[in-house]
Amino acid sequence: MAVITYRDALNQALREELRRDPNVFLMGEEVGVYQGAYKVSKGLLQEFGPERIVDTPITEEGFAGVGVGAAMAGLRPIIEMMTWNFSLVAIDQLVNGAAKMLYMSGGQFKIPMVFRGPGGAAHQLAAQHSQSLEAWYASVPGLKVVAPSTPYDAKGLLKSAIRDDDPVIFMEGETLYGSKGEVPDEEYTIPIGVTDVKRPGTDVTVVAWSKMVTVALKAADTLAADGISVEVIDPRTLRPLDDAPILESVRKTNRCVIVEEGWPYAGVGAQIAFQVQQAAFGDLDAPIARVTGLDVPMPYAKNLEHMVMPSPARVVAAVREVLYLD
Amino acid sequence: MATPAIPDHVSRQIAATPKAQLVDMLYQMLLGRRYEEKCAEMYALQKIGGFCHLYIGQEAVAIGALSTLRPDDLIITAYREHVHALVKGCDAGRVMAELFGRRDGVSRGKGGSMHLFDREKGMLGGHGIVGGHIPLATGTAFAAKYQKKDVVTLCFFGEAAVNIGAFHESLNMAALWKLPVVYIVENNRFGMGTAIERSSAIYDVAQRACAYDMASETVDGMDVLAVRDVIGRAVGLARRESLPTLIEARCYRFMGHSMSDPVHGHYRTKEEVEGQKQQDPIKRYFEHLKAAGLADQALLEELDRKARAVTDQAVQFAEASPEPSADELYQDVYAEPYGPYTRSEQ
Repeated sequence: MAVITYRDALNQALREELRRDPNVFLMGEEVGVYQGAYKVSKGLLQEFGPERIVDTPITEEGFAGVGVGAAMAGLRPIIEMMTWNFSLVAIDQLVNGAAKMLYMSGGQFKIPMVFRGPGGAAHQLAAQHSQSLEAWYASVPGLKVVAPSTPYDAKGLLKSAIRDDDPVIFMEGETLYGSKGEVPDEEYTIPIGVTDVKRPGTDVTVVAWSKMVTVALKAADTLAADGISVEVIDPRTLRPLDDAPILESVRKTNRCVIVEEGWPYAGVGAQIAFQVQQAAFGDLDAPIARVTGLDVPMPYAKNLEHMVMPSPARVVAAVREVLYLD
Repeated sequence: MATPAIPDHVSRQIAATPKAQLVDMLYQMLLGRRYEEKCAEMYALQKIGGFCHLYIGQEAVAIGALSTLRPDDLIITAYREHVHALVKGCDAGRVMAELFGRRDGVSRGKGGSMHLFDREKGMLGGHGIVGGHIPLATGTAFAAKYQKKDVVTLCFFGEAAVNIGAFHESLNMAALWKLPVVYIVENNRFGMGTAIERSSAIYDVAQRACAYDMASETVDGMDVLAVRDVIGRAVGLARRESLPTLIEARCYRFMGHSMSDPVHGHYRTKEEVEGQKQQDPIKRYFEHLKAAGLADQALLEELDRKARAVTDQAVQFAEASPEPSADELYQDVYAEPYGPYTRSEQ
């Protein structure tokens, strides 16, 4: 198996699906001539031409809606948001358009499309460029929300998202693009809505997705040195949520910590905690703990930004808390 | 120079259009009128709920515009779209069943008055967010070009929608990419209760196209043959040269914004409405056909009887259609089978 970056894994997925289906096209800002703001679409213009790799004006609502309309007419658009922050000017098209079209047309208009791009904070990008909007989109019936943490998951899930007949919100981790991992040489897909155990353990269940998986795994390493065995579970898809493996793990460990980069209030972690307590209340030996981005707009100052972001140290503290060790 | 008794565009259209189609357009206008009058009645009886926006007074725009299309062309509209749906070929009974919230509705009772869809007929929806559907029409036109099909999209919206960003973003892309779409502004002068003079820095809506180097025309939207004439040119430009056009059709709604709103009051006077009714598009079209020797009072009455009968049958069909069953609630949220998401719902 080759070891490649998360960015190249996504690029492979796009390339393979563009080759596979002529109805698939990629549209967004800087996807073509510039080769992608984050180089995810590198080389695609050269292979597929400007009809299928479409550079747009800075007009997110406009081209998001063009994607929805094209999907209604039978194409399979991939709409790149340069970052998910910019999707807020397009959200009417995603929520009132893509998510509801099938339902309010009585099943007549499927919207087989992907909205993809990087989400979350990077480094000192301040309040408007450092957001995790999973919870916004995951609350909408009609959307699917995917947030992969590894190159392997990113490729397999993006291929599935492109083949899916529903609109998929595909959130890449901005700081994960350079991360590396093993990706098979042969073709594969990963089904949407299947939770993955990233590290088996017996004492505490830690649920995390996207780049928070990395944070959780670092915490697990630290805790292992103290003899604490952490099971790290990555739902990978936030809607629909495959909660069975999470519940199975909690029934084994009797303790649960949820790590989320986004804000705590009405976050995805709040939903997961609700589902865990409802199904496994009797199995819990401690209240569920959450480690989230702090409840503030992202500050610019480096020290303050570090305080906002979930860190391995905060996860370690939460794990020790649910184990009543401190 | 003396004004001709019959305007040029009328003579031109009457000469160029098969008689049967001209008569059918009169029938469509009558059907639209009678259908909407029946909707008002059904709304008062609470058979129709929610928001219900009637088209009475504006019939010439939809009927003139749609008379230029092929069956495989597409339309996307705002929420005042019952008549557009009927004229595009949607079954009158199934449209009424939708308004009643019944299972046999065109959108299976899930859409209602503002969301009439019929894939087979190229009716890509009524949409409820002002201007939000304009990018969708841009997208279907993008798809037609991508698929190398000579299909044209007509996109209908009110004059108030030209102040929202989606309108400008769409026109820019359509002109930049040369997309086969016709944007039709139904300028009925009021965005709900706000007159265009109170909401728009430019009253001449067609001028908006200048910003995007797009072809544009203004047309008397109370004159169905004028609409047909102008939209016909725009559809031709879209089909043959893959170019967009912005059309401003100046019209007037004789009803309130929706069934919950007054016909007149703070925002316009009764006298203004009554004055506009003198320009009733059905009456004007009938006079044109009569002058050309293509219609008389007897034909008008016959067509009106047919329109009333079709409307009554539509109501009967809707009455007979069952409500959607509870097991349809979770259908079509996703393309694949889907159940309640959280356990508390189970």
